[in-house]
Amino acid sequence: MSQATETPVRQSITVEAPIERAFTVFTEKIDSWWPRDYKIGATDMKAAVLETRQGGRWYEQDEDGSECTWGQVLAWEPPTRVVLSWQISVQWQYEPELAKSTEVEIRFTAESDTRTRVDLEHRGFDRLGAGAEEMYGAVSGEGGWSRMLVGFAAAVTG
Amino acid sequence: MATYGGEALAALGDPTRQAIVELLADGPRAVGDIAAHLPVSRPAVSQHLRVLKEAGLVTDRQDGTRRLYQLDPGGADAVRAFVDRFWSRALTAFKSAVESDENDPEESETHEPGD
Repeated sequence: MSQATETPVRQSITVEAPIERAFTVFTEKIDSWWPRDYKIGATDMKAAVLETRQGGRWYEQDEDGSECTWGQVLAWEPPTRVVLSWQISVQWQYEPELAKSTEVEIRFTAESDTRTRVDLEHRGFDRLGAGAEEMYGAVSGEGGWSRMLVGFAAAVTG
Repeated sequence: MATYGGEALAALGDPTRQAIVELLADGPRAVGDIAAHLPVSRPAVSQHLRVLKEAGLVTDRQDGTRRLYQLDPGGADAVRAFVDRFWSRALTAFKSAVESDENDPEESETHEPGD
């Protein structure tokens, strides 16, 4: 396991909007911006949904009527902070166990009345790495990171 | 990291190379073994393996008379790189949405319906 795998992904962006609006659009109106090809269902995504409360789910609704859960709302502190579990397994499917999931923390900071800084941290990649290490300990593995790589590649490149 | 992830992503943009990575996820294999599972020739497989190796996704080692290919454990870092790219694109889309008229609050005076 390398250092890089344990290092969170951190990204920031500044938007020209008041903090309340930035928070609302990111969460309640996630469907207005979530890239349509970032999905795990078999059919096309109809909508991205985030339940605006602690313990709520965030998920995709697909054209065939099914729902695919992405994770849950671990912390709900409008309008400054939200933490989401990212329960996507290495097979690019819903992972029921939080211990095998990564998580995303999003912080909102008002830089002025009309400008908001958004800091995102996606962490816990070492939890996925456990599968990769097992994979090299035995000839038959669960696939580890590679299937996730393939899934990500498909998702990112469409 | 950025370059590494980009290379890994580009390498995995090809369906045959995705299939090779899937095969190697089950354990090390020789070129002929990989070719037997795919509708491509051995030389083609060798070429794809070279790309995967250069992208840091696959390593090889000599095993008697055979050369075995396996996934590079360091490739797990590529997952992180993908997530990095994933959020970069998503946050850009978020910025567009939050700054667009459609997400203006109702009290906005600059909103022009039908624009």
